Amino acid sequence: MSETNDKIDTVLRMRNVCISYTRDKMAVNDVSADIARNRITAIMGPSGCGKSTLLRAVNRMHELYPDITVKGDILLNGKDIMKMNPMEVRRMAGMVFQRPNPFPTMSIYENVVAGLKFNDIKQGRSERDELVENCLRSVSLWDEVKDSLNKRGTFLSGGQQQRLCIARALALKPDVLLMDEPTSALDPVATNRIEELLLELKQQLTIVIVTHNMSQAARISDYSMFMYLGELVEFDNTEKMFTAPSDKRTEEYLNGRFG
Amino acid sequence: MRDKIFKFLLLLSSVLVLLVCGGMVFSLVSGSWEAISAFGFWNFLTSSDWNPVPGEESYGALPFIAGTVMTSFLALVLCIPFSLPVALFNGEYYKGKKIAAVIGSVVDLLAGIPSVVYGLWGFYTLRPLITDLGLSDQGFGVLTASVILAVMIIPYSASLSSEFFSMVPGDLKEGAFSLGATRYEVIRNVIFPFAGSGVFASYILALGRALGETMAVTMLIGNTINIPSSLVDTGNTMASVIANQFGEADGLKLSSLIAIGLLLFLITAVINFIGKMVIKKFS
Repeated sequence: MSETNDKIDTVLRMRNVCISYTRDKMAVNDVSADIARNRITAIMGPSGCGKSTLLRAVNRMHELYPDITVKGDILLNGKDIMKMNPMEVRRMAGMVFQRPNPFPTMSIYENVVAGLKFNDIKQGRSERDELVENCLRSVSLWDEVKDSLNKRGTFLSGGQQQRLCIARALALKPDVLLMDEPTSALDPVATNRIEELLLELKQQLTIVIVTHNMSQAARISDYSMFMYLGELVEFDNTEKMFTAPSDKRTEEYLNGRFG
Repeated sequence: MRDKIFKFLLLLSSVLVLLVCGGMVFSLVSGSWEAISAFGFWNFLTSSDWNPVPGEESYGALPFIAGTVMTSFLALVLCIPFSLPVALFNGEYYKGKKIAAVIGSVVDLLAGIPSVVYGLWGFYTLRPLITDLGLSDQGFGVLTASVILAVMIIPYSASLSSEFFSMVPGDLKEGAFSLGATRYEVIRNVIFPFAGSGVFASYILALGRALGETMAVTMLIGNTINIPSSLVDTGNTMASVIANQFGEADGLKLSSLIAIGLLLFLITAVINFIGKMVIKKFS
């Protein structure tokens, strides 16, 4: 990985991460990578290559499924996530899913502050109103929903719902935002808005985005990882990877020869 | 041609079912007509008279309505602390696991036990227990009947509400977990609100079953004609008074019993209709 001028500030460090669903089937095999702060890192690869699995190990979501085991070390801000409280890990590393999943029984306002409620973070009314406004502004949803904050979040369009989900994650002020194919269920216009949004958001936090869409990775990411059959094949500057990939498999994938 | 015959047969059976139901309503209404015209509908509902002496005959349904409402609601209250955890266990915590299937089938087995067997168990096991506890002299009464009723309706509410719990989409739960929610918080803030109306409906349907349950209640409630003054007092439900008295009734008394039957039919129909509507709205 080459970045010459400034020293890389690593927010997330993965060392020899192996993830398996069953004893003999390895989903992620010996992945080591350093994720740079305030940058967008894209994880690409064909379906079933382990990219989502790797992403979900970072905020310990895999623990919801007892059959999954993770070996190796994942350090968030230098701290071993397995030695932290899982709730704390998830607070520091927010997640946005493939399908927009605002809570259907909560209003837009309640959706944004849901994380505060789950983490017993008590705030005054005005402070909370301000937080909701800020979060909705940073996903450029405020102007569209400011008059309907008490309506259900599910009345919004798909793209708006996804931005609401991003706002919901931002409310906890995470260091890292993990995004699992966040635009795959959206139309091109909505996708475009989310991409613009991510480029703004990287001023505040680090984004790791799993994507099927290679041109998306090329458009928005600073670094790219290419995974194949559970292995991290290549991890480099996005520009470098798209112009001069060093591994033959990366080149074939980028040229659409498989995946 | 074959198709037409088949279609005709299907139509015939369906119409027959409708006719049976309609005929039942008709005979209930016509059978109860004598009593309702003699006492007036409203008066029949609100009177607690039950006087079979010829010449002074006067009948009212209030004690039985009171007994039915008391036993059913008490049974519902008693059943929730058992059926709700079972539903959560099967529909959320151990969803799809072997242990959930085992517990599910045991609970379903409870639903298959004949009412009279529950009655026997209540008579010989539960009733002495109530007596030993000093709650009442003979152990008959509203409480005893309600406890049995509660056990009888647990399977209905538990299996139906666990279905609703398991219908909560996984991505909503993951969304909450990803925001740092604990399992308890996910249940409280995501699963309960989402499945709430369906779970509510499953209790309504369980209530519908409790209202009409006859045999076990008749064996345990004490069969006295009075509005129960306490939970350990004896009484009668609408179903139990019919079961108890229809054999030696005729004339106005029989008509009054049929009127109580009509009333019970209407109440359970309404309760079931409400429950089904809520479920329909849910899905």
